Amino acid sequence: MTNANQLDSTSDVSVSITDATIIDPNGTRSGSVPIATGVIVASCEPDVTIDGAGLVVCPGFVDLHTHLREPGKEEAETIETGSRAAAVGGYTAVVAMPNTDPTQDSVAVVENVRQQGIRAGLSDVHPSGSITVGRKGAELTPFAELAEVGVRIFTDDGNGVQDPQLMRRAFEYSKALGVTMAHHCEVEPLTAGAVMHEGECCSHLGLPGWPALAEELMVHRDIELVRLTGAPAHFLHLSTATSVELVRAAKADGLPVTAEATPHHLSLTDELLRSYSAIYKVNPPLRTMVDVDAVRAGIADGTIDAIATDHAPHVSETKEQPLDMAPPGMVGLETALGGSIAHLVDTGVAELADVVAAMSWTPAELARLERHGRPIEPGEPATLCVFDPTETWEVVPALLASKSRNTPFVGVPLRGRVRHTLLEGSFTVRDGRPTK
Amino acid sequence: MSASLLSIDELGAAGVERILDLADTMAEVNRRPNPKVPALRGKTVCFAFFEDSTRTRLSFDTAAKRLSADTMTFAVSQSSLSKGESLKDTVETIAAMGVDAFVIRHRSTGAPWLVDGWTNAAVVNAGDGWHAHPTQALLDAYTVRTSLNRRDGFDGLRFAIAGDIKHSRVARSTTAAFRALGADVTWVAPQTLLPPSIGDHHVTDRLDDVIEELDVLYLLRMQNERMTEALVPNLREYTARFGLTAERAARLAPQCLVMHPGPVNRGVELAVDPAELPGAVINQQVTNGIAVRMAVLFDCLAATPDATSELERPVAQ
Repeated sequence: MTNANQLDSTSDVSVSITDATIIDPNGTRSGSVPIATGVIVASCEPDVTIDGAGLVVCPGFVDLHTHLREPGKEEAETIETGSRAAAVGGYTAVVAMPNTDPTQDSVAVVENVRQQGIRAGLSDVHPSGSITVGRKGAELTPFAELAEVGVRIFTDDGNGVQDPQLMRRAFEYSKALGVTMAHHCEVEPLTAGAVMHEGECCSHLGLPGWPALAEELMVHRDIELVRLTGAPAHFLHLSTATSVELVRAAKADGLPVTAEATPHHLSLTDELLRSYSAIYKVNPPLRTMVDVDAVRAGIADGTIDAIATDHAPHVSETKEQPLDMAPPGMVGLETALGGSIAHLVDTGVAELADVVAAMSWTPAELARLERHGRPIEPGEPATLCVFDPTETWEVVPALLASKSRNTPFVGVPLRGRVRHTLLEGSFTVRDGRPTK
Repeated sequence: MSASLLSIDELGAAGVERILDLADTMAEVNRRPNPKVPALRGKTVCFAFFEDSTRTRLSFDTAAKRLSADTMTFAVSQSSLSKGESLKDTVETIAAMGVDAFVIRHRSTGAPWLVDGWTNAAVVNAGDGWHAHPTQALLDAYTVRTSLNRRDGFDGLRFAIAGDIKHSRVARSTTAAFRALGADVTWVAPQTLLPPSIGDHHVTDRLDDVIEELDVLYLLRMQNERMTEALVPNLREYTARFGLTAERAARLAPQCLVMHPGPVNRGVELAVDPAELPGAVINQQVTNGIAVRMAVLFDCLAATPDATSELERPVAQ
């Protein structure tokens, strides 16, 4: 058994996935996917045959928004455990957020994260860089130095860049480098002490609110800075109906803006905070059903380009604290597909192929990852996800591959489950289990 | 068998009336020469105060002792909590000593619900964040019921709660209790001191518009730190618009009650000597707090026929 697994997880093994539904940038069709020496081939004599009947084969998923916590918070997640969770979720690449300790604002830290990812060998770990040094909002990170070693996404995620002059400079200076400013939009004076969405629920619970306006004002500001500078911007985790509308209008104006939404913002609402459980505390916060519907519609019509997890692991002790004391964040890598199909496809808002696009080749393109999100055709890397689009399941926190357990989807039926994940022809997940 | 008291919403209208009826019995106990009964003998009540509140703690402590419960107090300042053990560890440690009820005061919304989930002991919410303070609401309701002789509910009574509604657990819980009993409640505050969503509550920012029609005027404590948050320009302007001044006091209906959860900011929300207000029942609220908290502890820990008979029996001196 052990031998077979070791054998299977090397790219020297040839594999054929037969009679599957193939979904890739070229469309949806039925067929078989033969794989040899890490690439898709026209045909082969397979060592391993996987019956693909009822399964979907697509390019591996790419998460634009993953907190791997290493270096600095290894008690919550490590690059190894986080990239294992990614593989279980069907991801072959993740963009690692820079709010580590130390911050990913130097070549040394970024290279260390990348090396740890390669050592783990479970998914491609692409470190992002911070926009400002130490994410302190004062001085610009050396964008060119980091771009030189492959960093393509810059973000101060967790905080918005408050100073509009500094943000303008960041756009202007980075414009020629072929990188993207990815922005967490939050006007902080409007969210001081905020615990949850500002609305009916927070009024009843007597908790300081996080108004939708605090996100929308900064989305608006940055759209206008894009208009002024011509530099591209990516909006992280959009959570409000008006934010979606602002991005829709900016795209209609032809501005180079893109956006992502999380599986939790397209499925869950602030009503869950009535449980007083900090599992449901996240930043930006869960909002209302009106916002959820707007986010879903934004994904369906392409206003929101990508589904990104904002996977944010926290140790249980911190999430057992009262709402105002607990840190925000939810794990999401292993439930992203199931949550997205359940709340976008089963609700009739989007097609399965839209969900796959928003999790695979679109984010691969936004992160400028050349070996991900590729068409499924001979010569392309066998970097794939194989999933059952119909399986209904519920998440069991204790069984997560992530080191942390803070999933908000307990008790929420999920639809669609990853069976196999392949990275350059090697199984990182086989029959739902990580191979290492 | 023990039950918790976490909020007026969860207690419900029938529960509110049950506690108020029980408080009548407790008030009778309190009028005896020896106001102490053995009803909770052998029960241990822990006062876990994660936020300072000497007045509320003394009120609960007196209530527990008059029912012959054993008591222990765990009081921590917020600073020592932040560097120390977690709330869960603290509660589990105390629970392991054998506690029948926790009386919890915490600065965080929801903390008593979390504690309730971690222990089999009864949990009484003695105030959480800006969220709920059900025993204050019950003693307020009891004070209105006895002062206006309204045992049959508050239908037709007009209440105004004036001041910092947004940051007030008292306003939330007392509003819920008064409404549960049938009263019409109006919140009187500038928009900065109201919750962002007011739901179906009646609201005005002009105390003068409602003052003559009231059966009860409930004043909230105006805290100095609200000035630094630019929620009101200054206290002089607050008093001029929302305080009970001598001019406004003269416009109150003769039978109108004036209430306050204490401690009063003299000269701010109450700019007239309460001794000169015939309807002021602020001290009665404090007195009634003992009977109501006895009723709550008894209801949570011992509402059985045997225990009820214990209420008749004095403790031997």
